[in-house]
Amino acid sequence: MGRLFAVEIVYRGIFQKTLAKNISRAIVLAAHKEGKPGISFGRYGDSPERNGIPAKAFAIVATDDVTLEEGMAKYEPQEVDVSICVDDTLFKGVESWAWYGLQPINKLVKPGGTLIVTSLEDPETLAKMAHAKKTPYQLAIIKGTPSFSGLWVYKEDHTDVRILGAIAKALPELFSLASVQETIRDEWNDELKATSAQRSYERLQSYTVKPGQGNPEEPYKFDMPKWTEMREGIAIPGIARGHAMTDPISGKQGGFKPERNATFKKWATRTMRPVVDFDKCIKCTLCWLACPDSVFDVTPEGFYDANMEACCGCGVCEAVCPEPQCITMVNETSFPDNAGQWAAWRKDHDGYEKWVKEKIADRPERSHGFRFRGQYEEQVPEMLEIARQG
Amino acid sequence: MAEAIVPPQELKHAKPAKGDQTSLITGSEAIAVACKLADVDVITAYAIRPYDTVMQYIAKLVSNGELDCEYIVAEGEHSQFEIVKHASACGARVFCGSSGVGWMYAMEALTVTPALRIPMVAMVGNRALDDPGAFGVEHNDALAVRDLGWQLVWVDSPQEALDVALMAYRIAEDRRVFLPLAISCDGAFLTHSQALVKIPSQEKVDAFLPRYNRGDLLLHPDNPISVAPQANEDWLMEIRRQTAAAMERSPQVIREAYKDFERIFGRNYGNPFFEEYMTDDADVVLVGMGTLSTPVKVTIRQLREEGKKVGFVRVRWFRPFAAEELAKTLGRFKAVGVIDRDFSLGSPYHSGVLTTEVRTALYPSASRPPVVGFICGLGGREVTVPDVRKMSEKVYEAAAGKSQPGTQWIGLRE
Repeated sequence: MGRLFAVEIVYRGIFQKTLAKNISRAIVLAAHKEGKPGISFGRYGDSPERNGIPAKAFAIVATDDVTLEEGMAKYEPQEVDVSICVDDTLFKGVESWAWYGLQPINKLVKPGGTLIVTSLEDPETLAKMAHAKKTPYQLAIIKGTPSFSGLWVYKEDHTDVRILGAIAKALPELFSLASVQETIRDEWNDELKATSAQRSYERLQSYTVKPGQGNPEEPYKFDMPKWTEMREGIAIPGIARGHAMTDPISGKQGGFKPERNATFKKWATRTMRPVVDFDKCIKCTLCWLACPDSVFDVTPEGFYDANMEACCGCGVCEAVCPEPQCITMVNETSFPDNAGQWAAWRKDHDGYEKWVKEKIADRPERSHGFRFRGQYEEQVPEMLEIARQG
Repeated sequence: MAEAIVPPQELKHAKPAKGDQTSLITGSEAIAVACKLADVDVITAYAIRPYDTVMQYIAKLVSNGELDCEYIVAEGEHSQFEIVKHASACGARVFCGSSGVGWMYAMEALTVTPALRIPMVAMVGNRALDDPGAFGVEHNDALAVRDLGWQLVWVDSPQEALDVALMAYRIAEDRRVFLPLAISCDGAFLTHSQALVKIPSQEKVDAFLPRYNRGDLLLHPDNPISVAPQANEDWLMEIRRQTAAAMERSPQVIREAYKDFERIFGRNYGNPFFEEYMTDDADVVLVGMGTLSTPVKVTIRQLREEGKKVGFVRVRWFRPFAAEELAKTLGRFKAVGVIDRDFSLGSPYHSGVLTTEVRTALYPSASRPPVVGFICGLGGREVTVPDVRKMSEKVYEAAAGKSQPGTQWIGLRE
């Protein structure tokens, strides 16, 4: 038996599907430069054509064909040498479309393996966001804004080659920098990209995440019923209507909180979340009307409270809100939990207003794919400059 | 969570019945009369020969005020079957049907019906699949759903068509089953031929057939459920296993229905799954489905006079397939000839569908006679007495050890 190498790429549907595919393909092609056979594939149970949904691609490489076949006998690897996360908000966990539960971002990383992420955050913040693991692993950060683009366009911001250079550093047995650069020249015919890969290779630093370091919560998982326990006829219970809300201070009842799917909560689906400044709200109802996921609970006094168990962070509420800075989308990395905003505002008005100001003032730039004309012309040079500076 | 499987409510005792009325009607009309007696709620129709005779008879019953139902003429077979699927999910007793390529055009709707546990009752007026365009009987249309969870039954007379249609509702709508059921009627020979049929009284039918109760699967505002959400590798095997379990429970429910039918209507069909004709002392037997039973039985009587002991086994229920019982029966003979009014191109030994199933059923049996496959009567061509004689000879040859592999086409110009 030879040696088997497995790499996973964790990405967000649509916006990063092409990026993940390009990285996964280039891994196999670069390893093949050194005579190693390999296979690249996307996880079929995912739904990578859905907005922002977490999904995975894999590259499996071996020193020989028989070892590769041994590795492929289990379609989805149970552990990987290198895990690549191309969006740091996924550090809260991977909530796939299928019934996998909330999977820790580091779940598949072998003891001593490397988790590579594109992020502007520091290693301590990222290690804290990820679930604690029993074995140590290396965390390597490629500085940059997570690269989001559309399904039909590709943002040439060098994220792909910077990651390939980083893999050559983290796992030199898989392939050398020279093989990566040769592949880049074949695939993209771009010397600047070959240089970006080299810079990334030279500058990559990794930090050891110790056993037990990170989010101590047990990620939710599903107990799948036996076939004899399931209701027949592919019928599932409907969701009840909902009920009034209760003011945490006055005890007054009113408004309306819809019941929601108790099984699928949006724990890690978002990259951004709406922050609502209730002092600015004019109760125009537009956010409540426009939200595609019925996220807004109506409070007894007629405000709209964004419920984080249902929000997937699309930003429609911010777009339709007529009041400046009443609803502001803020990077998900800024929030440790899913606590309700209206209750916090009712309990501590001044404290909440201070919190809102901080969140809005300090928010790192995030966006879903393509939002305005000329966006990529602005973003690509910024990213290339970061790649150059490191 | 799983619901307890409850047998249909105890049947009330049959009231003293009025005498059955005798009418001269076709197989299609017999099915229409059964729909009236079963008080079907929603019927969808789309014309294709020979099934269209049923829709005409039902339309007449509706317009004459004899049957109160929603009668919907759809814009094609796919919609036809989708409409009754949804109506059945809402608790309506339903009927529909088709023939040949019309049935095939509904295939997507036919595919989704068993897993949703919809007890739809349909009539297939068996017709050759296009091309070439032909009206005559071939069984490939109904057999196309044989792997999908449909119960499939073949009848050979207008009387049996009526009786089985009544039993079909009883079987399909049993909570232990809840699977769709198609009654196959040979085009022309059954759908367009009139025979004297005993039509039972409404009282007897009411005593036999309980109302359809969809229970916790009912689509209704008072029972909020979501049906058929997307489910991938994490659920699909369990769902398939549930459908398989329902099909495994079907034989018992069929037996109960035939037994109760005999008690209330006084007609005894014997073994529900297949009919045996002159098999007691037979050396060899022929096996087949549908109306070819008439020329086969007549030929057998002639052969008996010549001292040749041939018997006949007419398979009624193709799904569920009574493999063990059939193997036990066929194991008694020196050779078996299976007459397929269908084809299964490229299948083992280039046989028809029924031949392959019979061979499979016999394989685990200790007594395993040679099986000869015949393809005969395609596209509505008559299965004649000389054809049956020829097939009997071939089966005798097989019994004498002169069996040839492969399938014989009988009644072919060659």
